[in-house]
Amino acid sequence: MTHAAELPAWAAWCVALLLLLGAGITLIGSLGMLRLDGFYQRAHAPTLGTTLGTAFICGASMLCFSLLASRPLLHEVLILGFVTITTPVTLMLLVRAALFRDTAEGHIDDIVRRAKQTPGDEELR
Amino acid sequence: MTRLLPFPLISLCLLAMWLWLSQSLSLGPILLGSLFALMGGWLLRLLQSDADRVRNPSAIIQLAGLVLIDVIRSNIAVGSIILGGQRNNITSGFVDIPLDLRSRQGLAVLACIITSTPGTLWVNFTRETGVLQLHVLDLVDESEWVERIKGRYERRLLEIFE
Amino acid sequence: MSSVVLTWSVVIAQMMLAVAMACAAYRMLVGPRAQDRVLGLDTLYVNAMLMMLTVGIRTGSDVYFEAALVIALLGFVGTVALAKFLMRGEVIE
Repeated sequence: MTHAAELPAWAAWCVALLLLLGAGITLIGSLGMLRLDGFYQRAHAPTLGTTLGTAFICGASMLCFSLLASRPLLHEVLILGFVTITTPVTLMLLVRAALFRDTAEGHIDDIVRRAKQTPGDEELR
Repeated sequence: MTRLLPFPLISLCLLAMWLWLSQSLSLGPILLGSLFALMGGWLLRLLQSDADRVRNPSAIIQLAGLVLIDVIRSNIAVGSIILGGQRNNITSGFVDIPLDLRSRQGLAVLACIITSTPGTLWVNFTRETGVLQLHVLDLVDESEWVERIKGRYERRLLEIFE
Repeated sequence: MSSVVLTWSVVIAQMMLAVAMACAAYRMLVGPRAQDRVLGLDTLYVNAMLMMLTVGIRTGSDVYFEAALVIALLGFVGTVALAKFLMRGEVIE
């Protein structure tokens, strides 16, 4: 890391903080892959990494390279925009595929019934 | 003019972004960027987009700020669910939300917002009935979510796109 | 002082991302169902992309940015294709 010394002190602290925050949020999200139960709960886990995790790490990278080159380099905005646009598509397709498979195998009923349940038919279950 | 440049504002933004990303103002990048800007406009016309008919810029800024706050807040909420011990007590489930929004751009933006706030997932939208199906990680009160999506996001998206 | 902090925080961030990748890989290998595996693969791609950006900061070379962009693109296309396969291919394992 020879270039680390070229960064001003405040920038090094900022890059370090952004990196740790981003990596930590991504780690928490991926821990959710282990700790949450069932596919539909786990499908929420990667969105932590694709929102704030990506935003912080892209911010750290932008800050670092902009200062090293001493001009604003915003290439990471491409990654951030791309990830924001594509995550809804992938997760929507995956959840729909999972719903389709569960319906075909017949064990979706309790999932949907719990969601559709109105306060009146609580005792029916 | 309108045939060559159906969306002048978007084409100009594309050219500006291309020049910024290539970090130069010489002839080559300007020519290539103009080509991509023109092609971007034609592509949008092929998709029969009404993207240029965006109004109410103050609502856009308001919505962007709101979404930023919500993203941070729900990141913290989902993070604490994952790390906390109460993960077995949460109930997650599907919520049906009747929407008034029909504009395709508005729905696309709504899908991005809903997926970018962890804890909610866009599952299905039926155009005929206008019902949006969501999956919510921590579902306490269904009507609260209907209120939240309709009141916070849909109202402003209707102002912007319709 | 500050460059030492940066060096160490990059190392720690890389270790955290490596653990995150391991979690995603566990879900991909263990399942239990095919959609869980695809979800694990998608998470693995996102984490690998972030790892590439971190490696880029560590080495100070912007080559890794392009690698990260390629990983993001491939992850999107791959996951969409696999989700489509889950819908249209075999229905019951």
